[in-house]
Amino acid sequence: MPTVSVKRDLLFQALGRTYTDEEFDELCFEFGLELDEITSEKEIISKEQGNVKAAGASDVVLYKIDVPANRYDLLCLEGLVRGLQVFKERIKAPVYKRVMPDGKIQKLIITEETAKIRPFAVAAVLRNIKFTKDRYDSFIELQERLHQNICRKRALVAIGTHDLDTLSGPFTYTAKRPSDIKFKPLNKTKEYTACELMNIYKTDNHLKHYLHIIENKPLYPVIYDSNGVVLSMPPIINGDHSRITVNTRNIFIECTGTDFTKAKIVLDIIVTMFSEYCENQFTVEAAEVVFPNGKSYTFPELAYRKEMVRADLINKKVGIRETPENLAKLLTRMYLKSEVIGDGNQIEIEIPPTRADIIHACDIVEDAAIAYGYNNIQMTLPKTYTIANQFPLNKLTELLRYDMAAAGFTEALTFALCSQEDIADKLGLDISATKAVHISNPKTAEFQVARTTLLPGLLKTIAANRKMPLPLKLFEISDIVIKDSNTDVGAKNYRHLCAVYYNKNPGFEIIHGLLDRIMQLLDVPPGEDKGGYVIKASEGPAFFPGRCAEIFARGQSVGKLGVLHPDVITKFELTMPCSSLEINIGPFL
Amino acid sequence: WWHVPVVPATQEAEVIEAELRSTKRWELTAEGEEIAREGSHEARVFRSIPPEGLAQSELMRLPSGKVGFSKAMSNKWIRVDKSAADGPRVFRVVDSMEDEVQRRLQLVQGGQAEKLGEKERSELRKRKLLAEVTLKTYWVSKGSAFSTSISKQETELSPEMISSGSWRDRPFKPYNFLAHGVLPDSGHLHPLLKVRSQFRQIFLEMGFTEMPTDNFIESSFWNFDALFQPQQHPARDQHDTFFLRDPAEALQLPMDYVQRVKRTHSQGGYGSQGYKYTWKLDEARKNLLRTHTTSASARALYRLAQKKPFTPVKYFSIDRVFRNETLDATHLAEFHQIEGVVADHGLTLGHLMGILREFFTKLGITQLRFKPAYNPYTEPSMEVFSYHQGLKKWVEVGNSGVFRPEMLLPMGLPENVSVIAWGLSLERPTMIKYGINNIRDLVGHKVNLQMVYDSPLCRLDAEPRPPPTQEAA
Repeated sequence: MPTVSVKRDLLFQALGRTYTDEEFDELCFEFGLELDEITSEKEIISKEQGNVKAAGASDVVLYKIDVPANRYDLLCLEGLVRGLQVFKERIKAPVYKRVMPDGKIQKLIITEETAKIRPFAVAAVLRNIKFTKDRYDSFIELQERLHQNICRKRALVAIGTHDLDTLSGPFTYTAKRPSDIKFKPLNKTKEYTACELMNIYKTDNHLKHYLHIIENKPLYPVIYDSNGVVLSMPPIINGDHSRITVNTRNIFIECTGTDFTKAKIVLDIIVTMFSEYCENQFTVEAAEVVFPNGKSYTFPELAYRKEMVRADLINKKVGIRETPENLAKLLTRMYLKSEVIGDGNQIEIEIPPTRADIIHACDIVEDAAIAYGYNNIQMTLPKTYTIANQFPLNKLTELLRYDMAAAGFTEALTFALCSQEDIADKLGLDISATKAVHISNPKTAEFQVARTTLLPGLLKTIAANRKMPLPLKLFEISDIVIKDSNTDVGAKNYRHLCAVYYNKNPGFEIIHGLLDRIMQLLDVPPGEDKGGYVIKASEGPAFFPGRCAEIFARGQSVGKLGVLHPDVITKFELTMPCSSLEINIGPFL
Repeated sequence: WWHVPVVPATQEAEVIEAELRSTKRWELTAEGEEIAREGSHEARVFRSIPPEGLAQSELMRLPSGKVGFSKAMSNKWIRVDKSAADGPRVFRVVDSMEDEVQRRLQLVQGGQAEKLGEKERSELRKRKLLAEVTLKTYWVSKGSAFSTSISKQETELSPEMISSGSWRDRPFKPYNFLAHGVLPDSGHLHPLLKVRSQFRQIFLEMGFTEMPTDNFIESSFWNFDALFQPQQHPARDQHDTFFLRDPAEALQLPMDYVQRVKRTHSQGGYGSQGYKYTWKLDEARKNLLRTHTTSASARALYRLAQKKPFTPVKYFSIDRVFRNETLDATHLAEFHQIEGVVADHGLTLGHLMGILREFFTKLGITQLRFKPAYNPYTEPSMEVFSYHQGLKKWVEVGNSGVFRPEMLLPMGLPENVSVIAWGLSLERPTMIKYGINNIRDLVGHKVNLQMVYDSPLCRLDAEPRPPPTQEAA
């Protein structure tokens, strides 16, 4: 969930009133936001870097507000204020307009070289904007928020904003060999080639995260103006030449990316949020983008879409009984201008360009419910009559757990993920023999594989509890995972029961006795006939030679028991003899 | 019994009673005795100086020389003449003196210590001439069970005593009811799994059927795509999800259904605009460790959709899920998710809230409120908050919502069927309930078995323990 940080006093000034922290928290809750933290720059720096560094920092109160991940229109102060003011019916939602320039329209021409790396671009102009320090900061901050969220860390979309008065169109969006791109980037004093820049930015704490997006491509995307001035090298860095400042009056905005839909949404959000400060409020100057196939489009789209939803559908989905007029009013409070039309039961809802999150009637239903107030909805119990059933494997597991404890064994709860070493090397097995599933992106060795046996988890539990009085008697009934090409995903869970006995003597007879008890509980008689069970001498690398037996029940092998090999005991950092039992309980269902 | 106890045992049936009487008195130390007899060191020094004086070096060699010299000097009985020809010489200043120290010590010796003032006594004590001695004595008398014959108390009843009836006239040693009993040898269930059993019980009481969840490995298709979670969603990032190297891809997917899901994502349909992006089958085939049990719910709902005619269902599951997250005191790479699902005609948000109220009431949580939220696969969505008496604030206890039509309709469920669902983790309420601050104290091989041995029954609707000192959120 993105967090937006705004100055409290600035926020209250824009809202036209003040709130106590509790009141504002309440308002957020109602609207689906969360006042996550009340802090200040000073507090933040002092927390992260200590009091000394924080000495000169501002102690203006900041509100950190959590915004739902799909509400890009609430990612800056301007949007938050507009959303809350409309919600509280203090203002009407502004109408955003795209206008044609008096003079020539700004043109961005996409060349076909971009196709393989970053094929889409959109653009727009904010004309006669008036920044202040706070507005400018918010403008920069919004771009960062968008980059981190909808833009997926610039992979899907990257935004460049430029001082139009320093440039001359038409602009060209192309892709070139990195060695052929040379310009002075933002915050540098001289020109570098793209190759040099990629090297320099490897140590830049902010930019290093974006390098991978183009790093290994033969061509890098780049935007030039008609004089060959570099506007930006998306998605890494803008040129210094066209940098915007608090005094910039005319802004050229370009968004490039691999997802056309998201690029259009991002452009719409930026211009709707900041056209507030244009001389002609909420108007945006169009720009023309010519695609490699020669087709040309005008942006921003700023599309208003009409949806029709029946009032009784909203009532039925929420569980309320409001008149169509009231519902239209509720929706209008959510920035969705609505009116009752037709037979008096239809509501026509206008979806503004800021609400890209509304893609289905159910999104409209939710907004009606939010405006009505979730906590005002009458709670009722559904009349759904059903008979409960347990999943048979879990039912058997539950029954067995209680009787394992009654037999004197204590239940452990260990991890399903572990290292290769745990299931292979430490048990004297080769990893290929385990048929384990392997994780491709573990952050540490603890998460290399899914366990193929419960034994390592229990032995590690004992190792962590060596100070406890002996004997230690542990069990676990849980799932292990084995590769299996007969299933749709290529792997299958098996429900295993594992028990270990750890003492000064191996206690094979105790583990053997536990097996007898388990078979008694499962109503499996001893002997090979009539689906009974037997144990037969066997061997396994985890067991002491001559002290291992395979368990056969209901005509199939279900597991093994025996005295653990001293090497296994040592590798799990244990010192005492230990016997164990592990069976698959699936066949006993 | 003629072993006299130092401190009489008061609880046993008394043969004798012994009462402690202690007295304090003053006694001379060995040095004090010497002074009472021979005079103080300063007096002895005074007496040893002849009228013509004595060389200081010679005086210092006397047994009382060192201590006596300085005391006699401060009493102004003697003086030192440093100008004498053969070194400093000591002369008497007065003709005679009173040896007050000796007199006082003799008083004490004569049992008249009370004649001395507190100050005088303490001065003598500081000079280690006098000591205060506490004398403990016991006043012994016949007890309630006084007897001149000796009989041993029996500790336990024996079969022989029962058969012979001898227990009737035997005295028995009383039990110490303050001592602890001997804990039974027993096995123990794990506290988190005890809580799991209770949650299963609650769902079963409410008529919910358990879904199969015995597949930790899932395809991206069932884990994400089927839930209308777009392929560029952050949750599908390597940083959040464990993907598999082997088996890397799901071998089979229900292709008819996959086509409908693909169309809904990329173009929309079923009344939806869709996400308008290029949906890739390769991405859907990628295997992973399921990030939520909702993938199992999706499979269950898909199976339900294939059964005609539709019959309403209530489903639940509790099982492990996996996240490739940064680990901290409250986050592990795997945890248990609890999920409830109801599918029926005409279900409303009010129904969802009603069923949540019943569910949480069974957990002993009665104060609920609901906050609008965003989940990719539910709309409307609501986070469930409950007021925590201990923490004195609202804490999030679950997440819930109505499954999106874009998820349900491609499965083939009828259009007027709504599916409401909610989920929570098993660990978090357990930690809050039992005041555990670090999840590693509850789950995994590093757990202290003593905690498992000592854990009480899980009674979710019973009064919670006092709140933790530190917030477990």
